[in-house]
Amino acid sequence: MLRLALRMLLRDWRAGELHVLALALVLAVGGVASVAFFADRVRQALTREAHQVLGADVLMTADHAWSSEFRDEVARRGLSRAESVIFVSMARAGNEALLAAVKAVTPGYPLRGKLRIAPGPNIPGADTDSVPPRGSVWLDERMMAALKVGPGDAVELGNARFLVSAVLTLEPDRGVSFMNFAPRLMIQLEDLPATGLVQPGSRINYQLLAAGEREGIQQFEQWARARLGRGERIDSLENARPEVRAGLDRAQSFLGLTAMLAVILSAVAIALGTRRYTERHLDGYAVMRCMGATQSKLFALFAWEFLLLALGASLAGCALGFVVQNLVAWWLAALIPGTLPPPGPTPVFQGAATGFVLLAGFALPPLLQLKEVPALRVIRRDVGPPRQGALAVYILGLASVFGLLLWQAGEVKLASTVFGGFAAAFGVFAAIGYGALMAIGRFGRTGNISWRYGLANLLRRPRANTVQIVAIALGLTAILLLTVIRADLIAVWRERLPPEAPDRFLVNIQPEQRQALSEFFELSGVKQPQTFPMVRARLVTVNGRPVGAEDYSDERAKRQIEREFNMTYMTAVPRDNQVTAGAWFGADDLARGAISMEHWIAERFGIRTGDVLEFVSAGRSFTAPVTSVRKLNWDSMRPNFFFITTPGLLEGFPASYITSFHAPHGDASLTLRLSQAFPNITVIDVSAILAQAQRVMDQLIGAVQLVFAFALAAGVLVLYAALLATQDERTHEAAVMRALGASRAQVLAAQRAEFAVLGAIAGLLAALGATGIGWTLATRIFQFEFFWNGWIWVAGPLLGLACVLLNAWAGARAALSRPPMAALREGG
Amino acid sequence: MRLTDGMPGANELVILQDISLEVMPGEAVAIVGASGSGKSTLLGLLAGLDTPSAGTVRLDGANLFGLDEDGRAALRGKLLGFVFQSFQLLPALNAQENVMLPLELSGEPRAADLAQKMLARVGLAERLRHYPKTLSGGEQQRVALARAFVTQPKLLLADEPTGNLDAATGAGVIELMFEMNAEARTTLLLVTHDEAIAGRCARKIRLVAGRIDGEG
Repeated sequence: MLRLALRMLLRDWRAGELHVLALALVLAVGGVASVAFFADRVRQALTREAHQVLGADVLMTADHAWSSEFRDEVARRGLSRAESVIFVSMARAGNEALLAAVKAVTPGYPLRGKLRIAPGPNIPGADTDSVPPRGSVWLDERMMAALKVGPGDAVELGNARFLVSAVLTLEPDRGVSFMNFAPRLMIQLEDLPATGLVQPGSRINYQLLAAGEREGIQQFEQWARARLGRGERIDSLENARPEVRAGLDRAQSFLGLTAMLAVILSAVAIALGTRRYTERHLDGYAVMRCMGATQSKLFALFAWEFLLLALGASLAGCALGFVVQNLVAWWLAALIPGTLPPPGPTPVFQGAATGFVLLAGFALPPLLQLKEVPALRVIRRDVGPPRQGALAVYILGLASVFGLLLWQAGEVKLASTVFGGFAAAFGVFAAIGYGALMAIGRFGRTGNISWRYGLANLLRRPRANTVQIVAIALGLTAILLLTVIRADLIAVWRERLPPEAPDRFLVNIQPEQRQALSEFFELSGVKQPQTFPMVRARLVTVNGRPVGAEDYSDERAKRQIEREFNMTYMTAVPRDNQVTAGAWFGADDLARGAISMEHWIAERFGIRTGDVLEFVSAGRSFTAPVTSVRKLNWDSMRPNFFFITTPGLLEGFPASYITSFHAPHGDASLTLRLSQAFPNITVIDVSAILAQAQRVMDQLIGAVQLVFAFALAAGVLVLYAALLATQDERTHEAAVMRALGASRAQVLAAQRAEFAVLGAIAGLLAALGATGIGWTLATRIFQFEFFWNGWIWVAGPLLGLACVLLNAWAGARAALSRPPMAALREGG
Repeated sequence: MRLTDGMPGANELVILQDISLEVMPGEAVAIVGASGSGKSTLLGLLAGLDTPSAGTVRLDGANLFGLDEDGRAALRGKLLGFVFQSFQLLPALNAQENVMLPLELSGEPRAADLAQKMLARVGLAERLRHYPKTLSGGEQQRVALARAFVTQPKLLLADEPTGNLDAATGAGVIELMFEMNAEARTTLLLVTHDEAIAGRCARKIRLVAGRIDGEG
């Protein structure tokens, strides 16, 4: 039986009966497998890249030295360990002195990512595995300029004297936090006691870094979390670098959705493919029944044939997925430092399972139906399989698709949304398509014979034509979505972090310096950035009730409530901010005073719109209601504020100003000139961090595009399968028309008329679908502003017309190239 | 035997009625009649492809309708060969594979060899690898003859075997069919509306409106 099934498979393959099916399977499996490889391999690498911003897999920070219990536990679990001590202190060199952010580290630091150093200022840096040698110090460029020292010069720190041995050009774990704004000075931890700077009561951060195998790290983190004492915390990826996190999340959403799209489209192609396969095999089935094959034998034969097909296609799909992910790995190798972890066997399993489930879901019902074909069909052509409702036949297929979506998405909500969205699109496409066919068929009966005949055909088989319209529209939707809309989405994504994104922050600008600063920018050729007033204030009451650290269980809330918030005031919604609750300041708010707050902070403190907050700044207090909650764009590289008030509330309070700008390329001395002209202003250079973030984003976008290719190919395949679906019937009809004396031109014109209408309707529906899905993706999933693209309404119908007309031409040619008798006999 | 179509009662349509017929081994019997007289329906019943509302068919001693559909299929595989008006070759298989198919279904290991020999017998030794759509109508029916005889059936059922062929080609196919039938000593049941072809059979049964109108 297996051998016969294999022979049948090879014969069907050779005859071209299985190409669409097999290709659909390969694309579905390949898409899922390559995405699974991404998830398994690239995500690991990207997460590791993201870990670099911590410098470790787990970063523990305390305001006192870590006890040996924690240190020993790291060693006991076989994890690597490093330590750093961070504090602010004056550094001196000759007559110059500057407040430095000192970091004393143990050899091995950082555990993730690499320090980059250069032998002198304005020289490109190179990665290093070492830390400053004993007795020497690494300074960042800003510090060197300010202290007027170079390599080989001496720098004093506390009671100790160090020699400058390198310029520190990049610390992977130096975030954009405002706590890190002072220039960096790095020494080895063993040199720290000699400085005499560590005294009881000094404000010092002690960091314990750990890295190792994922499981060991997770267990250690769990162990440590349970033992954290006062002033001790664990930083994880979730609360570090929200902008990198956002990029990763977005890329994963893109990847997951693309794989889902490939699965859905392949499912449609498989459904169309099996339908055509079973229809073309009805006669053969009946003949074999005449030859004595039992129903169960034939079912087993076809089932084996499909199983072998699924096996072959799954293997091919997995191989394709593997090749693609290797290409990606090769391509990302230049961008991601270190080697990628090897791919595991899970993606192969996941891909193959997809192939089997899809084929079983869509091929089993028609195969079972094939069982019902009466052998009598060999002598009476009108006898076919018993008709069943389309929904009943495909219910298993739909369930399989939903199951796969659920598996791919990993959550019910996203899977339901995507499935529901496509189901709705099916319904809407079918309803509009059917309605349009009826209307055109009924009212469009003018013109010449070919045109009338073509339009009459639309009405003659409205169900089959509706199915074809829906399938073509779906294929075109995918193509439009993956070309036009995708380009728009990626452009918007890229705009999140454009090359000219601000890379320098200026804080502590005094009001009287604003004019001079503006002139400085003008002279230096820097585009005038927006400056924001900044008032520091503490939140003291919520709805009249005093609040303090003891009111919150969340560690970050405890820390934040005891500090001053940086607040600003303005009248217009800041760029990249999205109001999620309440409404932005109206005329009434401006007159009475109101507050807008960031949504995470609002959630953390349990504050809602309508709550009245009281703040204290410089000994004075002010009170106002919260009238809106905003979501911030953390990767905008612009100053973001948790609290924004109406101008009237804060204008009287002492304020400094803050701004960010993009330094022109090649102006290496700009920062130095700025520091010299405005000694009190703190310049925070985030260009290295920004470059890192941009690199991560470029990698993500590139990786995502490759997976798009699968979905795009699946979309094209759906189109092909849809067009193929009625080809046999049309070939037969053309033969009948020819036999009745129609000229070639008349046959072609009739088919063109019918196809033109089909194509135009499908194209318009596709434009509608692509816009709808694009809008949903942009606003609901990725929180982009949707870009309305008018071209799609031209491209959709044109594309629809083009492909169905091409098909009409090819199909009619096939029909007309042979004597009508041959086609008639075959169609019998 | 009686076959009815539709619901019993007023709308009941009687297709075949009072058919009683015995065919002996080695006999060649033609069933003739006008279109709609019930010829093909009778053939379908005799092959167990359809079931009557009343009556029995005994094939080689076995009561066809005492068996289930799979039982009848097994019996067909063992005893019957078919030639159809519309050839019914599988378009995805070439000539040799079409002939091999019944052998393969019964698990015959020498299928390829036997098929090749049988195709040579019908004069298509050079056309083994050709697909049905590249063969002429006459050639297709010869492939169908080879397929029907390759299993050495006891009974050959032929349904208007020349219905889709022009007169000259049809005559050639009929000639071949009778030759092969004589060589294999197969029992032949031939449905046709062509009196000349029917005349070549030893027995001729005429159907009119679903009843046997005469035999000769």
